[in-house]
Amino acid sequence: AALKDGLRSQVSAALKEGRVTPTELCQRCLALIKSTRFLNAYITVAEETALKQAEESEERYKRGQPLGILDGIPIAVKDNFNTAGIETTCASNMLKGYISPYNATVVQKLLDHGAVLLGKTNLDEFAMGSGSTDGVFGPVRNPWSYSKQYKEKSVPKSLSEDEESDWVITGGSSGGSAAAVSSFTCFAALGSDTGGSTRNPAAHCGVVGLKPTYGLISRHGLIPLVNSMDVPGILTRCVDDAAVLLGSLAGHDPKDSTTIQDDFTPFELPNLTDVSKLSIGIPKEYDAPGLSSEILALWSKAADLFKNAGAKVVEVSLPHTRYSIVCYHVLCTAEVASNMARFDGLEYGHRSDVKDSTESMYAATRREGFNDVVRGRILSGNYFLLKQNYEKYFVKAQKVRRLIANDFVKVFRSGVDVLLTPTTLSDAAPYTEFIQEDNRTRSAQDDILTQAANMAGLPAINVPTALSERGLPVGLQFIGRSFQEKQLLTVAKWFEKQVQFPVIQLEEVKRHDSGVFQHQKSASFS
Amino acid sequence: LAPWIPVVGLEIHAQISSNSKLFSGSQVQFAAPPNSLVSFFDASLPGTLPVLNRRCVEAAVMTGLALNCSINKKSLFDRKHYFYADLPAGYQITQQRVPIAVNGSLSYSLCIDNKMSQMVTKTVRIKQIQLEQDSGKSLHDDTRCQTLVDLNRAGVGLMEVVMEPDMCCGEEAAAAVRELQLILQALGSSQAVMAEGQLRVDANVSVHHPGEPYGVRTEVKNINSIRFLAKAVDYEIQRQIEELENGGTILNETRAFDSKHGCTVPMRDKEGKQDYRFMPEPNLPPLILYDTKSLPANMNHQQVINIDWIHERLPDLPSVKREKLVEQYGILPEHSFTLLNEDGLAEFFESVVKQTQMKPKKVIGWILNDLLSYLKQHSLTVKESPVSSFLLADLLNLLEKKEISSTAAKQVLVELWKGEGKTPLEIVKEQKLELLHDQKELEQICQAVIDGQENE
Repeated sequence: AALKDGLRSQVSAALKEGRVTPTELCQRCLALIKSTRFLNAYITVAEETALKQAEESEERYKRGQPLGILDGIPIAVKDNFNTAGIETTCASNMLKGYISPYNATVVQKLLDHGAVLLGKTNLDEFAMGSGSTDGVFGPVRNPWSYSKQYKEKSVPKSLSEDEESDWVITGGSSGGSAAAVSSFTCFAALGSDTGGSTRNPAAHCGVVGLKPTYGLISRHGLIPLVNSMDVPGILTRCVDDAAVLLGSLAGHDPKDSTTIQDDFTPFELPNLTDVSKLSIGIPKEYDAPGLSSEILALWSKAADLFKNAGAKVVEVSLPHTRYSIVCYHVLCTAEVASNMARFDGLEYGHRSDVKDSTESMYAATRREGFNDVVRGRILSGNYFLLKQNYEKYFVKAQKVRRLIANDFVKVFRSGVDVLLTPTTLSDAAPYTEFIQEDNRTRSAQDDILTQAANMAGLPAINVPTALSERGLPVGLQFIGRSFQEKQLLTVAKWFEKQVQFPVIQLEEVKRHDSGVFQHQKSASFS
Repeated sequence: LAPWIPVVGLEIHAQISSNSKLFSGSQVQFAAPPNSLVSFFDASLPGTLPVLNRRCVEAAVMTGLALNCSINKKSLFDRKHYFYADLPAGYQITQQRVPIAVNGSLSYSLCIDNKMSQMVTKTVRIKQIQLEQDSGKSLHDDTRCQTLVDLNRAGVGLMEVVMEPDMCCGEEAAAAVRELQLILQALGSSQAVMAEGQLRVDANVSVHHPGEPYGVRTEVKNINSIRFLAKAVDYEIQRQIEELENGGTILNETRAFDSKHGCTVPMRDKEGKQDYRFMPEPNLPPLILYDTKSLPANMNHQQVINIDWIHERLPDLPSVKREKLVEQYGILPEHSFTLLNEDGLAEFFESVVKQTQMKPKKVIGWILNDLLSYLKQHSLTVKESPVSSFLLADLLNLLEKKEISSTAAKQVLVELWKGEGKTPLEIVKEQKLELLHDQKELEQICQAVIDGQENE
């Protein structure tokens, strides 16, 4: 079996039939991680524990008792999820060397299903950013920068320029996870999504990125950015795989009081053939300033695709969309200021050597431990929470948030099943261009198409659609009704089948892929 | 000089009597080894989330009902931010916007001029009761320039009971707190032992002239005994009056009570006004409580709290217990106060009454005058009394049957205090304290005395 393998009949079946062993699979992934180190997708590679998990999985397969479809499947986890015994850094000096004593619920569930945890992936520090460029371990490089498809389209550089200098960003903040999945070093990865942090890098890296409904998947053990908006995100190479991951992760967690009480029943996605009963909404406000004409055209083409297949495609309006950036900024920074208050160097993490007083120790620890993006948001957030500002900013923003959420309620009530929008304003920018603007500006620009779903708590998914003129992935986003992941993913799967997004052609992968190089339509494990 | 009206309000923090903490499963226990009762959540490890403890909510509902409050069927949790070594998360989870109970009242009694026979009943309004987390403890080691932090207490559930400024002096404050203490102990919602930090009082004190607006108030924090409360409040009232009469002003500051010198002093750490940057706690949904009317039919009873159910099962409050004692035994109201005021004394009294023919109205004298004063003299609790209810009843029976005089009985009691295991009858025989009832015998003795006198 190839690393690129995976339709349901492939990797999992291959494991079951013994055509490939979990250990072999794990070793191949680890080798590929090594040879793609220049991507900087991983902060920690847990080689020893991964191999041990693979061995245990192998034993289970030998006994004919695999734990399920995920048994033996190598996965990666964003480094803001707690993993017992494995460093959890949030790409910050504040938590460098921090070994958590417990597993996040989602991590535990994956391990309970027999998944093999390869390592922790890179991100923007504390998940603040939209480029995966602002962590202490350096930026993540988009694997597509090294793809045949991108190189072919690149403008030839002068000899004096470093060939490497025009690599493009992954998007963020779950860039490491997106890059890991995109470069075949793992079959699925966990990200997090607060304003688009799973969908944005998924779009730029050409992978599926699912943001589930708020409350569906436990946040226990996910180091929070904005408690009222964060969700664990799922990154895979195809929609079916996302459904499998979702099935193993969703459901009530007594350790997280914001999860739904109801039981969750995992589902298999039907192969939709008839879309005539479907109503697709096209929100006009998502033709946002800065949207590239390329993506606008692609979006339009996608709408036509649905129309021509018999679906009802209607233009809808989400009138409060333009206020979402400011609203998000207030609420996000306020919660950040609060959530970061625990990092004082006293109980865990970095502690400054300054000892004159508790206050000075706190101040020095926090100045040394946080980058300026984090510190900037803390300052803003504290400002908005001051007694004299609370009503004007925080409460106002909560009210605007309600209006934004109601926009969606109205639209879905009018008979629309799923919304279709772009995920990003353009394809991935070159790193050198991206860092010309500061983090706050970039986040504000890049989040515009994704953050409203977080405000409303709705499920949303990025589906890789086509390559841009520069040979880079462009994705489109579907937004669904609350807790209607099955419907959302069914539509996404149908769309995925229609567009036949090309497989990335990476030298490194080719070299490691000792199996048959098959032209897969998509590369999944389930 | 124009008279001064002192105004005293109280904020009382009562530790909830529960097995585990308010939002985490670690144990609640006094004087455990430092940092041995700390869960990941208590230590504020990143990624941990609060989970509400049902027992703590029940305790708060019970207390609210006992204090005649309206129980809010929907209450909310908030974060109160400040940086301190004993607050690992950098914020406390409390209920600032909508607390669990509001608008109650507490009745308490005072003796006028220290005369137990002249008792007057007063009422203080209860503004609210809120659930919140306790902080850890920090000990300052000045010699080594370090602060030692023990998080065992961090996250323990507290009920903050806010009493409106309806009191006017230390005695009233003390009496109100004492009554609250008895109520909490009767409910079992808090053990309310001040010495163990289970009940802590902050007093808000100000003075003003009649007809003028309230004066600037100071807060005297963390008073941990009822005696000190009365002293601290009275001292602070005096201090403010003197300050103002000398042309000074009162600062809106936080002060501590120096028990050694019997005075209040400004607290070092709490300079300037803090902005706590309150924010809703995003990880806890609103707390919804039900009553029999609003309880949905198919609700899992493990998952909900029914206020009416709790109300039906409230134990007798001290005021009711006192009334019952007065009615049942014919004792005076002030007697019932003393009985309830001493831990175990009411039960002791009732036990003696059961075991003796002596009327309760007479028994009470022995309990309050003899037993209690002895215990007080030797700093013993009722539980530690060397004289059991059985022994005392035995003795009182001898008295009742006229086998000894009351003077003799007191003598026997002195002997019983020694706790040597002798019965009252044995002591009477030993010391020849029997009353003589035989007429002839008495005549003989008297004759002997007279004869003796004549001989001299």
